[in-house]
Formats: sequence, C-alpha cells, structure tokens
Amino acid sequence: MADGRVVGIDLGTTNSLVAYMEGDKPVVIPGVDGSNLVPSVVALDPIRTSEPGAAPGRPTVTVGNSARKALIETPERVIYSVKRLMGRGLEEVGRELKYFPFRLADDVEEGEVPRIQLGELKFTPPEISAYVLRQLKRNAERFFGQPVTQAVITVPAYFNDAQRQATKDAGRMAGLDVLRLVNEPTAAALAYGLDRAKEGTIAVYDLGGGTFDISILKLRDGIFEVQSTNGDTHLGGDDIDNLLVAIALDEIHAEHGIDLRASPGAVQALRKAAIDAKVRLSTETSARFDIELPNGDRYQREIPRAVFELLIEPVLERTAGPCRQALADAGITPEQIDEVVLVGGSTRIPAVRQLVDDLFHLRARGKRPHVELNPDEVVALGAAVQADILAGASKATEEMLLLDVTPLSLGIEALGGVVARIIPRNSTVPASAIEHFTTGVDGQTNVAIHVVQGERELAADCRSLARFDLKGIPPMSAGLPRIEVRFLIDADGILQVSAREQRSGKTAQIEVKPTYGLTDEQVEDMIIDSFDHAEEDFARRLLIEARNEAETILAAVERAPRNPLWQQLSSGEKEAIAKARDRLAAVKQGTDMAALREATIVLDQATRHFAELMMDAAVSSAIRGKTMAAAGENLDETVTAPHPMAAAEFK
Amino acid sequence: MLKTLESAVPVACWSCSVAHNDFTLFCPHCSKIQPPPGGDYFAVFGLEPRLNLDLPALEKEFHRLSRKLHPDRFARSGEHERQWSLADTALLNDAYRTLKDPLRRTEYLLKLRGAEIGEEAAADGNSRKDPSRAPADLLEEVFELNMQLDELREAHAAGEESAALESSLAAAKQKFEALLAEVDRDLRQQWQAWDAGDETAREAAQKAMMALLDRRRYLSNLVRDVTGTLGA
Repeated sequence: MADGRVVGIDLGTTNSLVAYMEGDKPVVIPGVDGSNLVPSVVALDPIRTSEPGAAPGRPTVTVGNSARKALIETPERVIYSVKRLMGRGLEEVGRELKYFPFRLADDVEEGEVPRIQLGELKFTPPEISAYVLRQLKRNAERFFGQPVTQAVITVPAYFNDAQRQATKDAGRMAGLDVLRLVNEPTAAALAYGLDRAKEGTIAVYDLGGGTFDISILKLRDGIFEVQSTNGDTHLGGDDIDNLLVAIALDEIHAEHGIDLRASPGAVQALRKAAIDAKVRLSTETSARFDIELPNGDRYQREIPRAVFELLIEPVLERTAGPCRQALADAGITPEQIDEVVLVGGSTRIPAVRQLVDDLFHLRARGKRPHVELNPDEVVALGAAVQADILAGASKATEEMLLLDVTPLSLGIEALGGVVARIIPRNSTVPASAIEHFTTGVDGQTNVAIHVVQGERELAADCRSLARFDLKGIPPMSAGLPRIEVRFLIDADGILQVSAREQRSGKTAQIEVKPTYGLTDEQVEDMIIDSFDHAEEDFARRLLIEARNEAETILAAVERAPRNPLWQQLSSGEKEAIAKARDRLAAVKQGTDMAALREATIVLDQATRHFAELMMDAAVSSAIRGKTMAAAGENLDETVTAPHPMAAAEFK
Repeated sequence: MLKTLESAVPVACWSCSVAHNDFTLFCPHCSKIQPPPGGDYFAVFGLEPRLNLDLPALEKEFHRLSRKLHPDRFARSGEHERQWSLADTALLNDAYRTLKDPLRRTEYLLKLRGAEIGEEAAADGNSRKDPSRAPADLLEEVFELNMQLDELREAHAAGEESAALESSLAAAKQKFEALLAEVDRDLRQQWQAWDAGDETAREAAQKAMMALLDRRRYLSNLVRDVTGTLGA
C-alpha cells in the first residue's frame, strides 16, 4: 500500500477534481461521464435502497452532475456549496443558510457540529464532503484499475484550524489517508512553476465559488516559499449569484406579485439562470433573463455588463483589502510582483481582471496575468504535483519543495481576555512556540488554556480554536508548578499541543476540546468507505459498478424516443446514439473493464445534447411551479438518466 | 556541514548507534535525521550567537536544510522519522523566522543572555521603568500629540473635516519615524559593539540595547496609533 498512487484532490465549493502525475505532467482524471469537473453536489437517493460497495445501513447518495438535477427536482434532498459550512459553528451555519435552501436539523444543539437535514436523514458538513471525496476516489480507482488510498487535498489558504481539521476528517471518512493539506493558491503556483526556469516573486489571486485567497510567493531553485497570504473564506462567485437571484426575486415580486422565495425548486431554477447570465456576461456585453412564471407571465430582464459590474463592485472590492495586506506583510510593493496567476472560475469575469490589473499595476508595466492553465483545473493539477513530491519517486519533482505559511496568528487568552500572540501569521509551517504556565491557587491540579486564532486584540473577537485542560499537575503552592506547553502548527496548518510539568518531570495530560469539530470517535463512526478492501473485492466492485452504470444509461436511452424532446435531435444524432447503445449492450456482460468504460462514455457523450434539452425543460417547469413528479410523467421519467445535465464547465 | 560545538553532549544515533554531538540534525555517520537537537537557534545554522548576520547566506542555509528536513521528504517514512522531521523543521523555521528579523534576533539574543524582554516582562515592573511611559526627552511632544489625536478622533466621530490637524499629525508622524530610524541606527552600532566586544563590552551593549528596544517599542506604538487614526 505504501507504494500506491497518491492523487491530488481539489475539493471545491462548486466543483471538485482529482488529478495525478502522468510522467512529468499533471493530468485531471475524468469521471465516468467524461467530465473533468465533479460538481460538489450531493443528493440523497430516494429510490434505490442499496448500492454495490455501500456499507449496510448506509444511505445511498448521488454525487456530481447527476445530483445537480435533483436540485430542481427534490431540493430538500440535495446539498451543495457545503465547503462554506466546513468547520463552522452553529451560529455561523445558521447565518449562512439564509442563502441556501437546506436547513439545520431540528435537534442540533450549541457546541455540536451542526447537522444538515437532508430528506429524512441528517449529515455533518464533513460527511457531505466525504461523499464528494469518495466519488473522486472511485473515479481515480476506475481510471487506474486499482485502489487509491492516499491523497493530497487542497484547502483555501485562509482556512482556519477547524476548517482544515474538518477537511481532513472528511478525507478519513471517505477512506483516504490525507498525506497533506495544501493551500489552493500555493498549489496553483506549483502547477505553473513546474518548469523550473521560473524565478521571482509571484502573486496568486484565487477567487473561487465561495472563497477568496491571495498568496505571495518567492520562487528560487525549485523552492516555493510563501511570503504572505490573506483572504476571506466567505467571498466568491456564490455571492455574485446571490445578488442576481435576490434582484430577480424582488422584481418578480414587485412586477408580477409572485413570491417565489417559498418554492425552493423555483429559486434553484432562478439560480441556474443567474449563473448562466453571469457566465455569458464574461464574454458578451449583455445577458438576458427570460423565465416563464407560474401564472403564465414572463419575467424578462436585460442585464448589460455595465450594470452587472456596478452591481458586483462591492463584492470585488472586498478582495482588494486582503491583497494590500498581503503585500504589506511580504514587505513589498506591487511593482515588485513579477507575475500574477489567476485561479478560480470567478477570475473569468472581466471586472475581476481589471481589478487585478489595477492592484498590481500590470498593464502599466507591460504585464498580463497568467491564465494559460484552466482556472478550474489548475489547483487540482498543483495538488497532483504536491502528491508527486510526497510520493518522492519522481524525477520531475525531486528538486521541488513547498514552504507554506500559517494564515492566521495563533494566540492564547491571557488575563483580562486579551490575546497573547505566540505564533504570528505568515510564519512558515511547521512552526512552534513554547509557553509556560503556572497555578494561581495552592494545591491547584489543573490549568485551563484557551487557544484562539486571529489578528484582533481581544480573545472574544478572535476565532476560538480549542480549550485545553492541563490535568494531573502535582499539588504544590501557587505559582510553583512550571508547566511547559508546546504549541506546534504542522505542515497542514493544524495545531498540535503537548505539555510537561517541569518540576516533577511529569507529562501533563491534555484534554482537547475543539471548539468546532468532531472527536476522533465521531469521525470513526462516520466512515463511509474504509481503506482495506482486498484486491479482488475491489475489481469485482468496479465491474459491478460499471455494469450498473451501463444498465442505467441503457434503460434511459431505451425510454428516450418516447419523450417529445427526442424529435428535436437530428437524425445523425439519433444514429450515433443507436450505434453507441448497441456497442455498450454488446460489451455489458463481458469482464473487459476498459471496453465497458469506454462504451459508457461514448454513449453518455452521444446523449449529452438530449440531456441538455431535458434539463432546460426541467428548469422551466420548475419555475412554472409544476412539480417534478408531474413533469416526470410528461417526460416519461427519462429525467432519471445518469447525466441529464450538461457538465458544469463554464468555459 | 554543521559546526561541532564544544559544549555538545554526545548521544548515540538511533539508527547506526554511532555517537554524535547533541546539536546535529543529521547523524554525521549515516546521515539519518535525528530528534530535535538541544542547541539554540544560532546552533541550528551552525553559527555562534551574533547580531550581524549574512542574511543571503542564512537564507541559502535555510533552503538547504529545508530540503533535507521538511516533512514532505518523510511522507512515507516510519512514524519516528516523520515526527522528528516535523519537530526539526519546526525548530528550523522558528530559528529562521527569529534570526532573519533584526528585532526578533536582537531580542532573542538578549533573552539567551538572561534578559527579560517584551511588554509582559516589563509589566512586572521589577527592574526597569514602565515602558508604557514616554521617554523623558519626548514627554512634551507626546503630550501634545495625544491631545491632537484625541481632537482628530472627536472630529472623525462628528464627521468633520480637519485638514490642519491632519497635516500637523502627519508631520509629527514623520518626526517620530525619523526617531525610529535613529533608534535602529543606534541598535546597529550596539550590534557591532556586542559582536566585537569582550564580556564587559557585551554587558554594556546589552544594557544599551535593552533601553533602545524599550524606546523603539514606545515609538512604534506611537506611529501605529497616529497611522491608524489618520487612516480612519
């Protein structure tokens, strides 16, 4: 197992990807539908009760493109953008959920990891992420034809300790040994810096679906040394979508007297239309909303790019402060930045590029930001590079080393609630600090320590990380014990603590109560996929899964001609589908995995146009308020085809 | 390679059992990584305590050691080696972070020499005067400055413009920044004295540096307050 492959995973707010090093080049591993991006959407499957490979008693879920369609069909059984909830407390999640159709479980209590109600079941955010990770793991296993148990997972650079730990927990639940968490902007720099000719100072501006990061790195002799990082884990393309959706909802209410807020399916359909408009506005000067409403009216709205830019300016402006702070922390001026790399789908927006140009004075210096690598894929590619570094077996990366930093200062609450900073932000990790504590009362046997993360003066304004109880201190006069506590931030950016009472030489016991997080036992109970399947089990499972996929898609294709939309296909398209169908039917019962896989992909691609037609129909029927069950009758249930929605690639 | 220090305690390498001194990160015999050594931050880089350091050379050595020690190089090693790599790299990073920064380096060296540094130490107030009090030669100016700061804050709160006040504060800020630069020059002079001097000279330099650090802390807080208020 130690020699198995290490894959690189980008666990994104909107989309997730898995990649690996093929020789000296990182490559994204496509899913069974041929798409590189797996939408980070998880739907609880209402129909099937068991699934090959699923542990007994586990719910069955759908992940990715096929889950996305359920967003409109059964929004109460679907969850997306769960990354925004990772490692967060009850109050924060409650605030966040205002913008989302899913809700907290009724019985969640303060101090617990919040659980989200999904149909009849409840899930913590790491469990949801684990389902996405398991899907990526399976995609990689299918691709290699062998088990994959070790991974590098990327996280936003500005993620705090709890958010990092939650991500690691998710990996473990998915049956992955997470060898390293890598910061997303740093991963992007690795992908760009593979050809080692590059030297100098670079800034990575990463505006994704839900998070924003800026990192400044120095590249030299294959060493990628992060100088500073900053960001906002609550800022991204989602915020732009929310603005557009809110405007549409308000206008529909004002002009047509219809409040769509009450119907989650309609809001989702509106969201899809908003995303489409946003994407179009990156290449066109105007986009148009045109939606049929339940009463038969149409909501029509032209959005010129100038209006869109005015609207999103406050969102984009929020990225400027972190950029300036990162420059100040690195002790450099914008002119000293040699290159700027753009990462994340939201950097396709022209106004974002303009802002970056202004921030780093690029045009004035005859420079342009780097966009050669697909901004949706570059983080996963970098994760694959880091995976290769860790595997330590490749010539391509043997000279490369990443030295990253902790984004937030670590401190302990001192007298009066003020923070005593012990590891400053932007310290290279691993980093450590030793502090000494003593007792205040004669015979006192424990000391409580409150650890926080953040830049504010008062502990109450910082992020509470954990409360430690140093126990088993030998009873002595007040002030006599001398307890040495060592705080260590590891290479994943996660805190470890150890303690020793120096006068007695006894190791003090530490009871860690993470403020936001699961205990080891809880994580253990939530494991959805364990590491240790035997090889032949594995091969069998792969084959069964592949056959099931083939069955599902064949059944959907069988029903398709009864759908009125079928008539919209050209005869060439119909012919291609028939040919692909026959090929898949022929290889279905064989044991040739490669042939089966290929035939499935070919059929899936042949039916993509049809799937898109169905998706558009589903969207408009959801807005019109028709239930999906009724729509399903009309559509002759073809909506249950495995990949009815176009891939989420926003090119 | 790392310099062998005379005070080093011999210990046996966990891997090849050959004895080496306790200040090394790698066994000189079999090159295996060793548990965190007992020396100070200077020893990590094979240096004697010094205040004037060749920073490019320090960075080069930091990179060289990082390549060998970093946990990325031990991802698939045994549990012990992984733990030592983590602890050694933390030590290396802590040492580099401290030594590359002139102020942190000065404070660290003074601490090594037994001095109590920083606001907490000063707040105990046993030996030195309270550093939150203005240095005598600046008393009058600081008094004036604080009055102006208060006025400006009130003006801001009332939403009023106060260009005259702002330009006067900006001028004061410039003056205090110049004083800071002066302190830094004086500190560097004391570095020379410490590095070159005998024990008596070092004691004197340490005393001078302690006073300069207090003055510097006071001035930089002042500049920070003015910058913050002007920017608000």
